[in-house]
Amino acid sequence: MTLNGEPVEFLAEPRQTLLECLRDTLHLTGTKEGCGDGNCGSCCVTLDGNLVTSCLVLGVEAQGRSVTTIEGIARGNDLHPLQKAFIEHAALQCGICTPGFIVAAKALLDAEPAADEERIRLWLANNLCRCTGYDKIVRAVQAAAKEMR
Amino acid sequence: MSTAYNVIGTRPPRHDGADKVTGRAIYGADVQMAGLVHGAVVRSPHAHARIKRVDTSKAAAFPGVMAVVTADDFPQTPDRIVDLGEGETPLSYVRGNVLAKDKVLYEGHAIAAVAANSAHAAEQAARLIEIEYDVLPCVLNVTDAMAAGAPALHKESNVTDHVRHAMGDSDSAFASAAVLIEREFKTATVHQGYIEPHAATALWNNDGRVQVWCSTQGAFVVRDVVACLLDLPVSRVKVTPTEIGGGFGGKIPVYIEPVAALLSKKCGRPVRIVMTRREVFEGSGPTPGSLVRVKIGADASGKFVAAQAYLAYEAGAYPGGMVGAGAMCVFAAYDIPNQTIDGYDVLVNKPSTAAYRAPGAPNAAFATESVVDEIARELKIDPIELRLRNAAKEGTRRADGPKFKKIGCVEVLEAMKAHAHYAAPLGEPSHAEAKRGRGVAIGYWFNIGFASSCVISVNADGTANLIEGSTDIGGSRTSIAMQAAEVLGIPVEKLNPSVVDTDTIGYTAVTGGSRTTFATGWAAHDAAQDVVAQMKARAAKLWEVADVSFAQGVFRAGDRSMTFAELAARLSETGGPVVGQGSVNPRGAGGSFAGVIVDVEVDTETGKTTIVRFTSVQDAGRAIHPSYVEGQMQGGSVQGIGWALNEEYWMSDGGRMMNASLLDYRMPTILDVPPIDTVIVEVPNPSHPFGVRGVGEANIVPPTPAIANAIHDALGVRLRKLPMNPPSIVAALA
Repeated sequence: MTLNGEPVEFLAEPRQTLLECLRDTLHLTGTKEGCGDGNCGSCCVTLDGNLVTSCLVLGVEAQGRSVTTIEGIARGNDLHPLQKAFIEHAALQCGICTPGFIVAAKALLDAEPAADEERIRLWLANNLCRCTGYDKIVRAVQAAAKEMR
Repeated sequence: MSTAYNVIGTRPPRHDGADKVTGRAIYGADVQMAGLVHGAVVRSPHAHARIKRVDTSKAAAFPGVMAVVTADDFPQTPDRIVDLGEGETPLSYVRGNVLAKDKVLYEGHAIAAVAANSAHAAEQAARLIEIEYDVLPCVLNVTDAMAAGAPALHKESNVTDHVRHAMGDSDSAFASAAVLIEREFKTATVHQGYIEPHAATALWNNDGRVQVWCSTQGAFVVRDVVACLLDLPVSRVKVTPTEIGGGFGGKIPVYIEPVAALLSKKCGRPVRIVMTRREVFEGSGPTPGSLVRVKIGADASGKFVAAQAYLAYEAGAYPGGMVGAGAMCVFAAYDIPNQTIDGYDVLVNKPSTAAYRAPGAPNAAFATESVVDEIARELKIDPIELRLRNAAKEGTRRADGPKFKKIGCVEVLEAMKAHAHYAAPLGEPSHAEAKRGRGVAIGYWFNIGFASSCVISVNADGTANLIEGSTDIGGSRTSIAMQAAEVLGIPVEKLNPSVVDTDTIGYTAVTGGSRTTFATGWAAHDAAQDVVAQMKARAAKLWEVADVSFAQGVFRAGDRSMTFAELAARLSETGGPVVGQGSVNPRGAGGSFAGVIVDVEVDTETGKTTIVRFTSVQDAGRAIHPSYVEGQMQGGSVQGIGWALNEEYWMSDGGRMMNASLLDYRMPTILDVPPIDTVIVEVPNPSHPFGVRGVGEANIVPPTPAIANAIHDALGVRLRKLPMNPPSIVAALA
């Protein structure tokens, strides 16, 4: 498959999820496991551009496809506007849900640069955060959207 | 505010920000090392049962399995009372909670564990462990557990402690009350809900030393518990805290670390155990469900003349729950001369309860603040005004003993009264079946001090490294470094903070109790002052003068001056490195008050409550980093919203948790909450160099009663049981 723009090859057992392959086989631990059943959004990645929870995708399903993880969001040493905005707007506290939120928010803003607060909240409703109360996450995504436009 | 600070009160980016937005930060489950193997824990399917037989032979023979352990693998040291950072408790309880020996006391109670060369093999092998149970009747709430003849978890009674605080004569004083309200309240068991499951890796080295890498709020607590259970001196255990994905009190207890260490001892490889979400719900946390009765009497002017409280809190499977803190906080916001408070710690067949953000206080405040709202309505006094007439002040005595020093209860109430939200119209309901209402409430949390250590070493380029032992759960690297930077007169970007292992820094208590920015910040302040003193001596030596002054990052003597950076570059020629240290064990953590104004809309057909507008007010003492203070307030508010409206351990009669997933245990999503407005009040804590009070907890105390009061305002009915979910509201309206 293509991982963050580069071709990779690995063996996946039929029962391994894409999340396990990313974390345990490819050692990309930026994608987090919060629940293992698709309800927290911490393991969000994009698969051929579509947002998925990687704990609900089998590793073998990714064969020949393109996966982008949190490790593929920054351009070299330059942080993506979403990453900058999350830091500037204090949109993370413990940070465990942050990779999922950033991957999910990027998928939204890539498709809908003009997303408003209501749309942002609706889109991110699959991602749980227990620290921030979400307020600063919304502000950060709005700020990044403005920056990206 | 009045004092001119250069760093404190600004909003710099956090030092670990880039690592945490790029996925580079290493959390508990991200630890990798050569030879790593995977552990899985076998847990009880029964809430209460005698263990008749454990047979691990099939699991041990499963391909890939490298070790199997049970409680018998712990050194069988005689029972004794230990204090492992969370108060005194028998060693047998700590050990029994980590791996059950004779009896299981809750569904999810760990019994055995397996290590194998893959996580899947470990899981499969764990299922092959045969355990025979003698199932016993269980008790799941305080009423049943306290009843005569109730099944006992440990000894004959499930009531393991009774605390009583009394002052004046509340019974007689009630006679002079114009209004007397007594009500009973119930709150459900809830979980802290951190997104990162518990994760730990342990390596039993060939030299007999044990290393642990884990996600914890207190690396030294883990060290002390692991050493105690494995019967090792603490010097043989080194704990490295990873980044931590939330805790809220739930990552203070130790569960899997000693098990991973035992497995590692048997197989000679590093062993990693990561809990599943189900294990997190069933085997960690939660915070207690409770039954609380509150009676308050007021005279015709609204002055509270007497109050009584009865608090019965679930302890979970082992004694030592949160009722003590609940009893301290139940009337702490008010000046009431006559009080009697009784608290009972009650064993039930649920996991041993753990702290959760102001542990015990929200349960109590739900009762008190609902009753206060009723009194305000009865006397036709504005609810904020009524609270102001009774608010605790400097010198007010609490029933549990202490007299308040300078506190911000009045200032919080004044800020609520002055807020535009309080005067704003409620707005029209969104449809014909919907009704709107507004509620207010306040809450208190005492905060803690405890030990912290910091070391600062100065670099030749004018920067400094700050070493600390407080796990950074929400930006504390920066809020601590800011306090050092303020003393050193340099920008906080010139500080390089690191959270280190238990071998590398002096004892530091847990990241909890709102103590980290308060106490570790204080240690950083002292370490920075030590640096300044040493550097003044270096400047004196260079200039051959007796006295050197230091202000705003510049050393001066007469007409000579040097910046911090200029002098830092000359340390090697004036005697070598400068290393400052600070270690504190402060008392006088200033308690914090918080208040909430909330507007709700309740759909009378479906019973669903929507939070329309929410304002959180809190006394921070001094807001070191205002964005992080706001973040604490917003986070505590939304946890309070979840506690009020949805969250609960939904148990079967047999004691199984029916909703042990993040789908069914319904925590608030981004769609469930409005923007959370915040007002930071600053009444400096006279006991801290910068006036810090600590802000992590008080904010979760007032949301549940404020929402209950708002629902009453909307519907005219009072809900006295949490959660106030749609079925309860529909039932209340029927």
